[in-house]
Amino acid sequence: MKQFVDVICLNQKTGQIRPLYILWENGIKYPIDKITQIIPAASLRSGGMGLRFTCKIGNNYRYLFLEEGKWFIEKTQLN
Amino acid sequence: MERVILHCDLNSFYASVEELYHPEVKGKPVVVGGSEDERHGIVLAKNQIAKKYNIVTAETLWQAKKKCPDLIILKPNHKRYEEFSLRVRKIFLQYTDLVEPFGIDEAWLDVTNSKYFGTGKEIADKIREQIKSELGITASVGVSFNKIFAKLGSDLRKPDYTTVITKENYKEIVWPLKATEMIYVGKSSFEQLKIYGLYTIGDIANKDVSFLKKKFGKWGEMIWVFANGLDDSEVTRYDQKQEAKSIGNNITTFRNMENWQDVDIILNILSESVATTLRQRGLMAKEVSIYFRDSQLKSFTRQMQLNDYTNLSSVIFKTAKEICRQNYRFKKPLRTLGIRVRKLIEQTRHVQLSLFENFEEIKQQEKLEYTIDDIRSRYGHRSIKKLSMLVDQNLSDYNPVGENDNLTDMEDFK
Repeated sequence: MKQFVDVICLNQKTGQIRPLYILWENGIKYPIDKITQIIPAASLRSGGMGLRFTCKIGNNYRYLFLEEGKWFIEKTQLN
Repeated sequence: MERVILHCDLNSFYASVEELYHPEVKGKPVVVGGSEDERHGIVLAKNQIAKKYNIVTAETLWQAKKKCPDLIILKPNHKRYEEFSLRVRKIFLQYTDLVEPFGIDEAWLDVTNSKYFGTGKEIADKIREQIKSELGITASVGVSFNKIFAKLGSDLRKPDYTTVITKENYKEIVWPLKATEMIYVGKSSFEQLKIYGLYTIGDIANKDVSFLKKKFGKWGEMIWVFANGLDDSEVTRYDQKQEAKSIGNNITTFRNMENWQDVDIILNILSESVATTLRQRGLMAKEVSIYFRDSQLKSFTRQMQLNDYTNLSSVIFKTAKEICRQNYRFKKPLRTLGIRVRKLIEQTRHVQLSLFENFEEIKQQEKLEYTIDDIRSRYGHRSIKKLSMLVDQNLSDYNPVGENDNLTDMEDFK
């Protein structure tokens, strides 16, 4: 399943976009500690295609997709 | 030097894209088709599972449903397919600048000078892998020393496979195949070939070329050249090729058009349909031509140049009206009218506005027509129409975009 999420981003002067926080439904703001990879990729699990950011949040890794201007995550955890 | 040509074919393209966005239908028979409720929707694409039920492209949705009651029908999303097609093209362009698209889901690539990325097969595998991981769909690729065999190769094994046809092995791979496997040999021409005992590509290749030329003319010679792997046509550079040469649509009305009022209603529908197609494809046109066919089925075509490139129905309508008034005398009622626009350019290219055209007016008209597009895409074609369409609702109740969608690429009106 696709889970669309609110994301706080930094639009860099170089034109790049960098997600900083994921805002979860329960009001928790998860800081993205590190982005380890940015590549175009399809999400076969949740259905879609876009720019895929591999994000380190605490001790977990999660794929965050940017598709047509919207952010989504896959519902299953990577790790 | 031996050329290295790839032909890349996206497998069940529309269906694969839809499957990606609907993971819940995975493993089920799926077709993509339009407007089932209007009863004449047809199958635009099918997935591998639907193929097993003998569902074929272009049959009606109800026929397909008869073959497979559990069939899942998904609405087409052309904008998304174009987006995917463009992204695939971008992947191709990473390997070579010689990319010749063939429809939305096929392309030839000349990678003769792309040795940096590996051999033909290695490049083909890399491209397949990249398409799969970045876009989530699969492609089959044919690798050969000419375009014809490359295309053949991509058809041989699907999905997600690379087939290599070399000068050493083409006789074993290509020659036993049925002649219709080759491009430009259709069903009806195969019937002709059969008369002379030509069933396989090998039969054609081993026949005397002068015989083929005598019997079938230029085409006979051409398929002999193809069958022997002697085709030397080049892969046209992507930007050199104009995608579509013309866009058109025509309507045969359920009753004859007796007067200018009837004609104007039809012209209005046609110009709206053509202009919408132009906008959907991001194109503008500079020539309008009208096809007339009277009640005696006599037909002729007349055209007129525009001052400027346009994608507005109002401009096309005005021109069409003028052509009609100048060229038709109404000695007989009209049966069919068609509008076709030519001399197309991409909308993004900068256009020289003519000096005396009212720019503001054009901008406003543009805004209006894009809004109409938007409303129609949300609420259906019939949700908004011009007041003049209400004069004769029987005549004007027609959705040419939906109904004639697949006819927009016809070479001519007939």
